[in-house]
Amino acid sequence: MDLSIFGYQFMQNAILVAFLGGIACATIGVFVVLMHMPFIGVCMAHAAFAGALLGLWLDFNPLIGAFVLSLLSAAIVGPLADRGELSPETSVGVIFSLMLGLAFLFMGLMPGTKSGALELLWGSILTNTRSDIIFLGIVTIVVVGVVFIFYKEIQATIFHRDMALAVGIPATIILYGILFLTGATITVTLRSIGGLLIFSLILNPAAAAYQLTYSLKRMFLLAAGFGVLSGWMGLLFSYLFNIPSGATIVVTSSVIFMIAAVFSPKRKVKGWQQKLLVGEGQ
Amino acid sequence: MSNTVISIKNAVVSYREDVALRGVSLKVKSGEFVGIVGPNGAGKTTLLTIVNGLGHLLHGQVTVLGHRLTRGNGHFLRKRVGYVAQVQNIDPRMPLSVREVVMIGRYGLLGLLRRPGKRDWKVVDEVLELVGMNHLARRPIGHLSGGEQQRVALARCLAQEPELFLLDEPTASLDWRARIDILELVKLVHDSRHLTTMFVTHDLGSLPLACDRVVLMKEGLIWGEGSPSEVLTDEKLSQLYDIPISTVEERRRGTILV
Repeated sequence: MDLSIFGYQFMQNAILVAFLGGIACATIGVFVVLMHMPFIGVCMAHAAFAGALLGLWLDFNPLIGAFVLSLLSAAIVGPLADRGELSPETSVGVIFSLMLGLAFLFMGLMPGTKSGALELLWGSILTNTRSDIIFLGIVTIVVVGVVFIFYKEIQATIFHRDMALAVGIPATIILYGILFLTGATITVTLRSIGGLLIFSLILNPAAAAYQLTYSLKRMFLLAAGFGVLSGWMGLLFSYLFNIPSGATIVVTSSVIFMIAAVFSPKRKVKGWQQKLLVGEGQ
Repeated sequence: MSNTVISIKNAVVSYREDVALRGVSLKVKSGEFVGIVGPNGAGKTTLLTIVNGLGHLLHGQVTVLGHRLTRGNGHFLRKRVGYVAQVQNIDPRMPLSVREVVMIGRYGLLGLLRRPGKRDWKVVDEVLELVGMNHLARRPIGHLSGGEQQRVALARCLAQEPELFLLDEPTASLDWRARIDILELVKLVHDSRHLTTMFVTHDLGSLPLACDRVVLMKEGLIWGEGSPSEVLTDEKLSQLYDIPISTVEERRRGTILV
């Protein structure tokens, strides 16, 4: 196998992006999985995609458009779901379809070639610029730093938000902080992984880690490990079989999830409890 | 009164078109055990939420532990107020152990940027011992039964070392045995920790005998109050729950109150 390609700068950049993006996305994924808000994340990813297209259409930095629209979607969906004025599924569904509609509207209005738009849709991890990597590095450090510094507040909020509020933790600020970080992470990984695929890289590694441990700390570490592994293995397969990298990374993360689900000790919870009951009964 | 720890004056709370409290006034003295009884939708839970600052007043004022509650100081006061709700639906795969969940009770006290130390873990182990859950301390929280989860909720509340103890239907959906266990534990905790307790229930069978005073609520108003023997009469209960007095008598004869 000829691996000389890994000596090139663009491939080394891709490896670094897969490492940083894998950690940031998977860390965000732990919140998404434990707070049962996968659709808010999907909605934000599509909003980021629409925002980036708006940037391309109106000729301003697509990253800014992606960031603003993903945060705007969270700012609309979050309080709506929070106050119970609409069911979370309904409000997410409405905003999600609006964002997808806007994305295709902007794409339609865009003059000339649509290659930039398609790149945002499918992602292109091999064409990262230096500033892409710097932004991604900053966001990854912030995400990991926030988890490290506010671990106990985050732990309480994802366990039970009302209970966290009742013991005097500013759980609502923590929730909105998490949504903000989700928006930032989606924005900086949008170009590498792609607007339609990014959410899988957020969800799958964390969902795989969730199958394997009852420790939150271990779940963060496992998720980050699976995120990086998905990125690196996806890159390798994409090179070996000459297939699109973003899609390969996402498929790899899905396979890791399926393997984790099959071998999950949590699937044996009932058997474990049964054994315990028999033991106690003796 | 100098030892009044909760003072509610003419509180009005509304959720959109529904008025949950319609001008409620109540004083609770230090060390008192107050039972709050009434049908569903009477405003009992809302009354507790305005004491711990999670509910928002439309009108009136609430003073708790000497501080008038405002939107800004609720979370500071909540560190001194323990709150136990009904059994919660906890994901059986939740990656947190019983011991970690009890420690959450101390997070508010610890404040931002501080990690739990040896003393905090010692307090957690002590309260787990008190509620008889030491043997399950390392078990994932989602693997416990409803009764065990309520014991953990009490332990979490005690780990907070609160001055006020608010319980919102803590025995709802528990079986008879678990209900008795939790009620006895609540009384033990109230007495041993010298707490001021407000206990909300719609179910008379779940009202602890330890109550010094019972407050009856109906349609967002305080409908009566006094000692349990004064207030929990067949006639008053018949009016409170809108059922014929003969049915109340029949029900009470057929029910073993704990």
